[in-house]
Amino acid sequence: MFQQAAFYLFATVVALAAWRVVTAKDMTRAALALVVVLAGMAPLFILMAAEFVAVVQILVYVGAVIILFLFGLMLTRSGKTSPVDRSTSLLAGAVSAGFFAVLVFAVVDAFGYAEVAPSTIGTTARVGDVLLRQHVIAFEAISVLLLAALVGSIVLARRD
Amino acid sequence: MLLSQYLVLAALLFCVGVYGVLTRRNGVLVLMSIELILNAVNLNLVAFGAFHDSVVGQVFALFVIAIAAAEVGIGLAIVLLIYRRRSNIELDQIDALKG
Repeated sequence: MFQQAAFYLFATVVALAAWRVVTAKDMTRAALALVVVLAGMAPLFILMAAEFVAVVQILVYVGAVIILFLFGLMLTRSGKTSPVDRSTSLLAGAVSAGFFAVLVFAVVDAFGYAEVAPSTIGTTARVGDVLLRQHVIAFEAISVLLLAALVGSIVLARRD
Repeated sequence: MLLSQYLVLAALLFCVGVYGVLTRRNGVLVLMSIELILNAVNLNLVAFGAFHDSVVGQVFALFVIAIAAAEVGIGLAIVLLIYRRRSNIELDQIDALKG
């Protein structure tokens, strides 16, 4: 099935790039790997018929958040590379691998062979409808949160 | 397409993000690992929304994206402040509350 092939392609790209984000010694390479992860999530959203979330992912994450990260790396440059600490990385690897094993067991045990077959009819209109009817309070609260974050980060980062 | 494929990929991203948060010593790289965790959560939300044929999963994924953007803004402002005071952002060295 073409969708299965597309899923495995993008899942492999995202997983490999995520691994590079956490293990790259060069910080700029880690940021560029993060771009690949964030951009590679969008086709996965489209495979689940979530086209609005996919476009917002590209606009917000790849278009703004990663630029912020690159600026942050540029302005706080204290060396090109970030060395890996051997003593904590073995324990951290064991913890995250164990947690991954538990999660995979729980997921496969609970959902086994359940299929995802999303309806592909106009999900953007449906998202807008549900967002601005059932979840309008959360929507307005997010706007206030963004305003507070905007003012807060300007106040924190300005030079005076 | 199986639901568990998406959930296992989200679990993988989550655990790679947790490994990054635990291992990285640069503040900006820790924030990047947190973005991996948030993306894993988004994938989970949209997958379950598609599984139950409801758009509420996508609505909450949009909220998570907005909150992540706000958090990155504030987090980087804090990292900038730390850098101005100490000229480096090795998180291992920031171990005292007294400025």
